[in-house]
Amino acid sequence: MIRLEGVSHRYGERWVLRDVDLRLAERRVGVVGANGSGKSTLARLLNGLVVPTSGRVLVGGLDTAKDGPAIRRRVGFVFTDPDAQIVMPTVAEDVAFSLRRSGLSKAEVRSRALAALDRFGLAGHADHPAHLLSGGQKQLLAFTAVLVTDPEVLVCDEPTTLLDARNAARVTALLAELPQQVVLVTHHLEQLEGFDRVVVVDEGRVVADGAPADALAAYRTLLL
Amino acid sequence: MIGLYVPGDSVVHRARAGVKLTLLVVFLGGLGVWRSPAVVAGGFAVVVAVVALARVGVRPVLAQVRPTVLVVVVVAAAQVWLADVRTAVVVAGSLLLAVAAAGVVTLTTRTEELLDAVVRVLRPLRRVGVDPDRVGLVLALTVRTVPVLVSLGEEVRDARRARGAERSVRAFAVPLVIRAVRHADRLGEALAARGVDD
Repeated sequence: MIRLEGVSHRYGERWVLRDVDLRLAERRVGVVGANGSGKSTLARLLNGLVVPTSGRVLVGGLDTAKDGPAIRRRVGFVFTDPDAQIVMPTVAEDVAFSLRRSGLSKAEVRSRALAALDRFGLAGHADHPAHLLSGGQKQLLAFTAVLVTDPEVLVCDEPTTLLDARNAARVTALLAELPQQVVLVTHHLEQLEGFDRVVVVDEGRVVADGAPADALAAYRTLLL
Repeated sequence: MIGLYVPGDSVVHRARAGVKLTLLVVFLGGLGVWRSPAVVAGGFAVVVAVVALARVGVRPVLAQVRPTVLVVVVVAAAQVWLADVRTAVVVAGSLLLAVAAAGVVTLTTRTEELLDAVVRVLRPLRRVGVDPDRVGLVLALTVRTVPVLVSLGEEVRDARRARGAERSVRAFAVPLVIRAVRHADRLGEALAARGVDD
């Protein structure tokens, strides 16, 4: 369960979120909003990458302002640009990086990394330089590196924005299969099909929240 | 070292990274101390033998050497002018062998293993405040960031060309620096998200 209680946040003098109260318990939650609406900041609040200026964010009862490390172990985060997320030179090394504090032996870490890569169709690239992967493969690697730690919650900030239609569809299918709670920030509304709930953010405030059909209808009206 | 590892199961691949790095240092030291055409010829034979043992093919090794050829030619020409042909052969040959030998190490060793070896060597410095793991992470990030910066440079160059400003240094440098800083920002955020510093 994720709870945002009276959350406001500002960068310098600019308020990007105001008085947000949310309880996110559903398995699939979508977040939509125009550019600059505050939805990416909202996503970053969920694993403590951003600590609110006021109010508090609780994940499983833990406060992101006080328990950041514990929360980041529970909440995985996938960014828009996989090039910024992949930190190690080769594919398997990047996945293994996520397991560096798992207490497993090197052989076990590598074995687990290879198994995770196999799950996402990247096993054949294990020892390849990460920068030689295609955009879609890089994003799949980013997902693999996050999911190998088996987080309870996965937050994705526009993970398909830089992908072509085929790779975006692969990511959408991947998200649909995950057992974790998923919070997906996206501009691709078709990705929210089958979601349990959609939150619409506009100018830093939650302006619609509910079943996808209703929330997306409100969002479309907002865009007109 | 930019993710050039060629997977394999040869004896060279299986050798520990620390052993390979030590032998590389000994090899480079030998070339530096005993400067003669005979040593260069011997070094060439050693590199050829190790490449054959490693079974990585000649092409990847040549690909590593190729970017240095122009520099080596300039150095050799300078040696011919300042000293003699024998010195030019020894200096140019030693440089090429050094690059090739280092190339064989990177082609047969995962970056992770190389970094582990560096971290092990640095471990005694922990007493004077050096964090070996942090140094290893910085080296890994450096290796990872080089191709990203190359790609950013290509994008900026293309954008500059598209706008007809091929010769403007500012039109290249300013967006490149801005993008590099933005990338560094995102990378920092990604590292935080993956628990670095937790």
